[in-house]
Amino acid sequence: MKILVAVKRVVDHNVRIRVRPDGTGVETTGVRMSMNPFCKHAVEAAVQLAEKGDVSEIVIVSIGPKQSNDVILTALAMGARRGILIETDAALETLTIAKLLAKVVSEEQPDLILLGKQAVDDDSNHVGQMLAALTNRPQATFASQIVVKGAELEVTREVDYGRETISVPLPAVVTADLRLNTPRNAALPMVMKARSKPLAVRPATEFGVDLAPRLRTEKISPPTERVPGKTVGSVSDFAAAVASEVNEMEAL
Amino acid sequence: MSVLLLADHDNGVLSPATARLVAASSALGVVDILVVAENPASIAAEAAKIAGVQKVITVTATPIAETITNSLENLAQRYRNVVASASSVGKDVIPRLAAKLDIQPVTDVVEILSPNRFTRPIYAGNALETVEDPQATHLLTFRASAFRPAASGNTAPVESLDISVTSAAKFLAAHRTDSDTPDLATAQIVIGGGVSVGSAEGFQLIEKLGKTLGAAVGATRAAVDAGYAPNDWQIGQTGKIIAPDLYIAIGISGALQHLAGIQGAKKIFAINSDPEAPLVKIADVALIGDLFEIVPQLVTELERLGLKR
Repeated sequence: MKILVAVKRVVDHNVRIRVRPDGTGVETTGVRMSMNPFCKHAVEAAVQLAEKGDVSEIVIVSIGPKQSNDVILTALAMGARRGILIETDAALETLTIAKLLAKVVSEEQPDLILLGKQAVDDDSNHVGQMLAALTNRPQATFASQIVVKGAELEVTREVDYGRETISVPLPAVVTADLRLNTPRNAALPMVMKARSKPLAVRPATEFGVDLAPRLRTEKISPPTERVPGKTVGSVSDFAAAVASEVNEMEAL
Repeated sequence: MSVLLLADHDNGVLSPATARLVAASSALGVVDILVVAENPASIAAEAAKIAGVQKVITVTATPIAETITNSLENLAQRYRNVVASASSVGKDVIPRLAAKLDIQPVTDVVEILSPNRFTRPIYAGNALETVEDPQATHLLTFRASAFRPAASGNTAPVESLDISVTSAAKFLAAHRTDSDTPDLATAQIVIGGGVSVGSAEGFQLIEKLGKTLGAAVGATRAAVDAGYAPNDWQIGQTGKIIAPDLYIAIGISGALQHLAGIQGAKKIFAINSDPEAPLVKIADVALIGDLFEIVPQLVTELERLGLKR
């Protein structure tokens, strides 16, 4: 089985972001960047499948500026074999990303495509589903467990009512949720070794995909701040405050 | 013929989010509802009662990404907007449909500024993005929690659409959390428990308080990861987004990812042993102390006060 994993470089999830005062976006210069956490779970899932057997190759692809090489190197250090960077400085929309990835899929012909379920910057949760449609493959999103059963996968998905298990024939697209696994931290020798693994850099413009955005972003604004409240001294004061809120509620 | 709205349902019951989606979608035009289910009749009958619905269309099929997408695709060209809830189903389906129709979707909408201008949160709700969508057809998901429900009392007609939809992926099993608490995403009161609750038994305390108040019960990611609460209780950036009138956070320090899920709450109350916890800092009312002592006393006190609910 050949696996393609798509990863994204984002503002580190522990950084408290700052909205630029002119409304043009979120400040990213001088901010710590790292691999999107969900993508890390996708890479880990691929490496674990390889450790169990029958995986011929794990290929990593990322779309973004030159610095996205860093997150590809992280994935290579975790155990993937080679990387592809589709280089662009433009902020591409999710449909454009999916179209570029579909081109890579048609070149690489992977049996399984793994992605994170969403990126923690735009929180879109689109690309895996779009890629599945563009490549005419079944999808199993929000995966918390992947079991290989011959030419099929049994995937347990985290859904609003709990969990559900579906089977998907390969080739397929699976997106990772946080409880899928615990991503490893690559040991130093693996990090050193990653630097000698093949990493192809290709401009986004060479794929014949229209990169122009469909939507127009008017502005990015900060959310309204909550005003600090009060601390009460006793359970009965707290209960009285709860009761007063509840009794004021409009009936739905 | 302007809005095609996908109904969420589970176990043969229409999701309470649907009435909120209808109210929100009415800003875009007349609303038709699509129900894709193995037995759609009773779900469709409930949907037909929502005020503002013009008609309900049913497709008889096992609801899974491909069957729902194909059903929507079959109907989409008749509408200017295709809308779903930003639920696990809507998130699964709308992007797939978007790629098939070559439309960039706008998802997790929390405010409709005009029929083609929308606001959506990014960065776990730490920023809001306002976008204009000039495309001829809009593919949208709305966060139910951000909108008030439409009234009931309608008797819209129900039509069945006789199409055959297939899926390469097959549904095998549902693992449902047995719980009679209200739906988190639309509940008016939510009680949340953090990892300090300490155990699944500890969460029974939280559930008891929930029962007293007729509230839904939620949890942080850490509490779910620790096995104290089921995954469908998780509130936050990657879990459920809530917007109750009252959120009571118990033993929750307030990680950025959790705060992302509760920003829509009108009032936030906190019980925590740490006065410096981020959640205590943003709470409208906080009580500092040991949750295991406080929560049972609070239940007794609330029962004594006799609430109107």
